Amino acid sequence: MIVGDLSRRELGERLAGDGLALQFGPFNLRIRSNLDSFSGLAHRLYEPYPLPDAEAISDFHVQISAPRGLRRWARRQACFGVDGQFPFAPYAVEHAFPALEWGINWCVATRAHHLLLLHSAGVERDGQAILFPASPGDGKSTLCTALVHSGWRLLSDEFGLVRPEDGMLLPLPRLIPLKNESIEVIRKFRPEAVIGPSFLETRKGTVAHVRPPLDSIRRAQEPARPRWFVFPRWVPNAPLTFEPLPKSQAFLMVATNAFNYEVLDGTAFRLVSDMVRFCDSYSLIYSDLDEAVNTLDELSQAGDG
Amino acid sequence: MANVGSETRRAQQLLLQALQAPEKLPGLPPADWDLLLRVARRARVLGRLESDLARAGLLGDVPPRTAAHLRAARNVIAHRNTLISWEVNRLLWALKGIDVPLILLKGSGYLLADLPPARGRIFADVDLLVPEERIGEIEERLVERGWFKTEIDPYDDRYYRVWMHEIPPLRHQERGTEIDIHHRLLPKTSHLKSDPAPLFTAAQPLANPRLCVLAPTDMVLHALVHLFLEGDPDEGLRLRDLVDVHDLLCHHGQEPGFWADLGPRARALGFERPLFYGLHHAQRLFGTPIPPDVLRGLEDIAPAQPIRMLMNRLIPLALLPGHPDHPSRWAAVARWLIYVRAHWLRMPPGLLAKHLSQKAWLRFRGFRKRVDLAQLDLRQQ
Repeated sequence: MIVGDLSRRELGERLAGDGLALQFGPFNLRIRSNLDSFSGLAHRLYEPYPLPDAEAISDFHVQISAPRGLRRWARRQACFGVDGQFPFAPYAVEHAFPALEWGINWCVATRAHHLLLLHSAGVERDGQAILFPASPGDGKSTLCTALVHSGWRLLSDEFGLVRPEDGMLLPLPRLIPLKNESIEVIRKFRPEAVIGPSFLETRKGTVAHVRPPLDSIRRAQEPARPRWFVFPRWVPNAPLTFEPLPKSQAFLMVATNAFNYEVLDGTAFRLVSDMVRFCDSYSLIYSDLDEAVNTLDELSQAGDG
Repeated sequence: MANVGSETRRAQQLLLQALQAPEKLPGLPPADWDLLLRVARRARVLGRLESDLARAGLLGDVPPRTAAHLRAARNVIAHRNTLISWEVNRLLWALKGIDVPLILLKGSGYLLADLPPARGRIFADVDLLVPEERIGEIEERLVERGWFKTEIDPYDDRYYRVWMHEIPPLRHQERGTEIDIHHRLLPKTSHLKSDPAPLFTAAQPLANPRLCVLAPTDMVLHALVHLFLEGDPDEGLRLRDLVDVHDLLCHHGQEPGFWADLGPRARALGFERPLFYGLHHAQRLFGTPIPPDVLRGLEDIAPAQPIRMLMNRLIPLALLPGHPDHPSRWAAVARWLIYVRAHWLRMPPGLLAKHLSQKAWLRFRGFRKRVDLAQLDLRQQ
């Protein structure tokens, strides 16, 4: 069963009642909300996501709700909550949707320490994955969105989830938040992409969420083997450069980029060294998405041969 | 709307049964695991459950999703333990040449002395007890060697230095780990007499003789004082601290003379009441084996019957986490009352009124701002 099998009303009732149980890759979430506006957006943007079995354990119980008490009447706000706690400052009610999406990322980054969490986008084709470790602003979400609308499968735009037992990447194909100019860039690049409303003047500027292609969402339980590290950087008007990186440098860049390298200690060292040894690493500077996508397509075809 | 009372009881029973009889956990239905994971995380005993299950060889018999959460908890604990041990190592380096015994309190003490409460427990920082007259020298040296005084507002700084039992925390510039330096176990202003001198005399050296921990009875008493007098109005009494007490009693209780010394020591240090409540509730919640004559011996320091009945209601309410989706108003009231009681015991009424109104004023003016999620660097968590 998927979210789309529920009527808008049923979804609203679940959100306002015991919560809407949703499956995002390896994580089961239970989401509550008493905000009408949120329920409408969730129905539209979460439509193809699967619902876990009724019996399944939820990993994170999150909520995005109007504040309790007097503040509810003073200003229309939305608070992100996890397990009944509200650790963050409230948002304007118009930004409830991006706030919940950030909140879910926060849960993954602060709790999923059974996995190595790379701060990295990831895509897969023919069983081989590219990881794009990068800092915010390097354009990993934009590049990743372009690739998953060009025949690649989305693993994640934010988390490289590495399973310690076998070094495989676990997909987490959540909505991709595009920021500011990237939204228009992707609209032009693939007019058919499903993009939610633009949230103006959030604390990260304008944000709009791209829904990953259906195939990525359906194959969310299918792990992938990492094959390449590509360190992207978007530079306006720059000609494309695509250069191999020495493994020693790649190791440092991957290790220092992880969310929880220190927490996993020796295990993290082993995982990152194995990955860097097995993968080819490149740096990519680009300004044109078509060129970047072509280069990575060629990389994967060469890898096949 | 679900019944808050019955949901609260269900959550608490799940947690207590898990702590008392971890061997029964593999039979737990998924819906119960779902709630237990949340409640145990809130009470900070997820790592404890992991360790209990690992000891019993039952980690493979819990649902995979549960195992992932337990594994995550274990990884974080192992990491924190490394950080704490390393911080103690760096402290020894920084304080080389300063001839003063460093008594490790609470978590760092349990960890370095390899005591049972360290099992599956997460530690936030390093707590030290040193003689008050040596604090200036120690603080100065640490600041020279890379620690800095955390920025706190002038009111809090004064609060610490004039009234408290510790100085404002020091944090290392690169590692970010905090050190709390204490010179006594309770604030100077406390109603409970707390002369720290006997603690230093009785402290026991570790393998590295520059490090000590409190003597067994003092360690139990400190855990209890910490539990009952250093609460938080939102969090209430920390169940995790009572688990520590249970572990310490089971461990030290095997040593000859421990039980005979405990009551008299509590009297000598002025901690009879915390001991009375602590033993009573450890036994009630965890079935801690306490010799009956020890409990009988404490009867003369028990509070008057009405107070005793009230506290018997309040303490479990403030100790046990409720159901995360159905917060109990009674528990919130109990936590607040216990917090006020702790402060009442920590300082005289005039000072208490002044302190609480100052805190309320700061809160009103928004000094306790909450973090903005969108601006958070998730890697710094």
